[in-house]
Amino acid sequence: MAMAQVVRSEWTKIRSVASTVWTLSLAVVVTIALGMLISALSKSEYDNMSAQDRLSFDPTFTSFAGTSLGQLAMIVFGVLVVANEYSTGMIRTSLAAVPQRGAFLFGKIAVATLLALVVGMATSFAAFFLGQAMLGDLKASLGDPGVLRAVFGGGLYMTLIAMFSMGVAAMLRSPMLSLGILMPFFFLISSILGAVDATQKVGRFLPDQAGSKIMQVVPPVGDDTPYGPWGGLGIMVLWVVAALIGGYVVLKRRDA
Amino acid sequence: MIELEGLTKRYGEKVAVNNLTFAVRPGIITGFLGPNGAGKSTTMRMVLGLDRPTAGDVRIDGKHYDELKDPLKYIGALLDAKAVHGGRSAYHHLLCLAQANGIPAKRVHEVLDVVGLTAVAKKKAKGFSLGMGQRLGIAAALLGDPRILMFDEPVNGLDPEGIHWIRNLMKALAAQGRTVFVSSHLMSEMALTADHLVVIGQGRLLADTSMADFIAQNSRSYVRVRTPQREQLLDVLHEAGITVAGSGSEVLEVEGDKSERIGELAAQHRIVLHELSPQQASLEEAFMRLTAESVEYHAHGGQPAGQQGAQQEWGAEWRRG
Amino acid sequence: MIEAVGLTKRYGDKTAVYNLSFQVRPGAVTGFLGPNGSGKSTTMRMILGLDNPTSGRVTIGGYPYRKLPNAPRQVGALIDAKAVHGGRSARNHLLSLAQLSGIPARRVDEVLGVVGLQDVARKRSRGFSLGMGQRLGIAAALLGDPQVLLFDEPVNGLDPEGILWVRNLMKALAAEGRTVFVSSHLMSEMALTADHLIVIGRGQLLADMSVRDFISANSAGFARVRTPDTEPHLREKLSLALTEAGGQVLPEQDGALRVTGLALPRISDLAHEAGVRLWELSPHQASLEEAYMRMTQGVVDYRSTADQKAGLQQPLPPGAQPPVPVPGQGQPGWYAPPPPQHAGAHPYGGPGAAPQPYAQPVPQGQAAPAQPPAGAPAPAVPAAAPAASAPSSVSPAPVTDPTKSEDAR
Repeated sequence: MAMAQVVRSEWTKIRSVASTVWTLSLAVVVTIALGMLISALSKSEYDNMSAQDRLSFDPTFTSFAGTSLGQLAMIVFGVLVVANEYSTGMIRTSLAAVPQRGAFLFGKIAVATLLALVVGMATSFAAFFLGQAMLGDLKASLGDPGVLRAVFGGGLYMTLIAMFSMGVAAMLRSPMLSLGILMPFFFLISSILGAVDATQKVGRFLPDQAGSKIMQVVPPVGDDTPYGPWGGLGIMVLWVVAALIGGYVVLKRRDA
Repeated sequence: MIELEGLTKRYGEKVAVNNLTFAVRPGIITGFLGPNGAGKSTTMRMVLGLDRPTAGDVRIDGKHYDELKDPLKYIGALLDAKAVHGGRSAYHHLLCLAQANGIPAKRVHEVLDVVGLTAVAKKKAKGFSLGMGQRLGIAAALLGDPRILMFDEPVNGLDPEGIHWIRNLMKALAAQGRTVFVSSHLMSEMALTADHLVVIGQGRLLADTSMADFIAQNSRSYVRVRTPQREQLLDVLHEAGITVAGSGSEVLEVEGDKSERIGELAAQHRIVLHELSPQQASLEEAFMRLTAESVEYHAHGGQPAGQQGAQQEWGAEWRRG
Repeated sequence: MIEAVGLTKRYGDKTAVYNLSFQVRPGAVTGFLGPNGSGKSTTMRMILGLDNPTSGRVTIGGYPYRKLPNAPRQVGALIDAKAVHGGRSARNHLLSLAQLSGIPARRVDEVLGVVGLQDVARKRSRGFSLGMGQRLGIAAALLGDPQVLLFDEPVNGLDPEGILWVRNLMKALAAEGRTVFVSSHLMSEMALTADHLIVIGRGQLLADMSVRDFISANSAGFARVRTPDTEPHLREKLSLALTEAGGQVLPEQDGALRVTGLALPRISDLAHEAGVRLWELSPHQASLEEAYMRMTQGVVDYRSTADQKAGLQQPLPPGAQPPVPVPGQGQPGWYAPPPPQHAGAHPYGGPGAAPQPYAQPVPQGQAAPAQPPAGAPAPAVPAAAPAASAPSSVSPAPVTDPTKSEDAR
């Protein structure tokens, strides 16, 4: 089985369904728009901030505020790409055409990842520039230390979120179940764990908290995170790898 | 050629397919019959490598399914008309399958034409009727121009014209020397389509035989004779040692397949025959007889007259009350 | 008794059903036939008051469905087996229907027994197979012990045992004097089940007659005659004698003769005169499918490309052998050899290479001259049967959108 054939096929699959377009455009619009809104609000609030807050104000990270909501659309994208094969029954047709299950799964994930990467990068840069435009004289520039890394990392973060969702969906084989677990996981549990001091230490090893470290340029005051930006991204990559291996094992083992 | 050897599938305690061994040969249509829950679909899924056998082996032209390079060029299957992403158009559905097996896009247009879906090729599959979905599934099976075709309940949802079409399509494919393996619950349809039968019940092989042999082995055959010289013929048959089972005023029924004998005897004794027709039970009758013990969901007692009696009784009761 | 008078239904400028008038009488199984998109489902829905007719009316026992007193006890219908809440158990589904029309719970268990679902009565219907869903739908139809029953494709998804059961159930219901109205696409099944037929095409009535009349009106029967295999000259002799007497004789695959235009006793006499012994002389009626195909020719909404079919359905010329597979050859599409430069890797390589038997618009070399082009596709069809008079009411019918077939609505 030529891998190129699988990739072509998966590209046709991904571009021929409406859900790809609307999930990805939602991710773009929400991330950028919310980032711009928060940036504009931050600028007007800046004068009222405490000295400490002003000291740790991170214009780059502020323009990525939309990511927290935009990532949900990325999760939906990742889940639907994989789990819709199961919910529609297409999986049987697909596996009859590509019986090498590893080639099938990783061909699919490669195509979806590449698409997510392109969209994620574009979104990240757009969110940065438009967010900075809202911040006026508070703005950071791409040449400042750590900023390019943060903007680039923002794109990687979006991509890894989508990949993680694909792995989880491959394990759970149902879009409703996958979304039912991933949505609260990223939207609620992560922030709840982060709110309490005792659980915070555990919470920051979750994929989204660890991964989003890469988007920070100015660390918060009293930050005792035991990893740096790239370390955080590394933790997230480990999560993604684990999810993908899990998905692969499930697909390999179970009857379609 | 599809070869199964000792194929077995267990789901926990339940044995879905039990030690199946048979071969599906090219050039003919092989019907695959069995009551619901007999293991037909599981068997077909194992042929396609979708389900893993617990034991035994299934090979396509001597190879395991996942050893086939571009499998759609070897074997095309219609398993489930709904194995389609509803949000994708018929064209794109076929295109992604074609690309996965290195089949040119031109072929997609061809098969759409063959199944008569060209006009709706760009429409999303979720708007398709069952019959249209079935045609799309058939198009996918034909896509790689494979030598082996497998159809699970192909006439499901098709209208009479479509049924006629798929029957002749399968015959044409077999006549071209391809292997055609088709499962169906419609005995009358199978009787018109299949040359050879594989029958399973409760996962076990019950028969692997030609259609004619299957009917002959599993049912009663007799010859119906109509003659204006009834008494004379009765005498002649009696003399020849042929017993007459039933007889009306002008009709005789003779057990067995003896129409040639009777024809010769009548000619010898100058008896005029107005009818001499060998009668055979239907495939349905033969099938029922064979599978009587292995049916999973029995309707109550299988005796509708009895049920209706009970039902009427009940109805009368509440009508009174 | 179901009675339709001038029943018409339009959706926008599309006419689904046009001026239908018919009666479905009690005590018989009436089959309702028509190609996809002919308006069968729309008619069924109007009978059940789900759709309002644009004009005309349809009544059950003299009342429109919506004015029928206690309708669930008068009329039972199986329209769509999937019209069930998947999360509910079979028993609760039926119980909710029973409670709506004041039917005691005991009846629910009875009908579950009748359809053979008693063992899965408490399972959620989501996990049901198509056949089990169908049985549940039939149970719902029987629930009120109604006098009028409507079934839309009742054997869908059932296994042979279930098909036989449904057939006998419908016959039994009719024998009890109930009105049974069944639509189906399975002609061979209908031939075994129905006593009377109502056929529509493009929303208009094509036929309303008994099954027997329908078959004899739309196709010709024939006689199958076999002479001793050992003496081929007898066959020639008989063939000649029958032709001289005005019969049409066609050879069958197994060496028998198919004779039309002569009665059986006449064939017997002719054979006698010619000194030919007969090994078989059996009457054959044309199939319902054949009769139906002739009648509905030209009103099918949605068909596979005609020239493809001409190629596909051409039986092999007499005496031709099907191609024999080359043993041991592993290349896909061996019968369609790829051009040499592609060496088997790519059967669809060059333009005009790789003749694909079912892909060519007009396959050359397959047109057996003895066969008429499209009228008599399968070998089992009498080629000489007179063409049915096409119904004159066909042409003005509107062309319908194939994506909006009746199943999809």
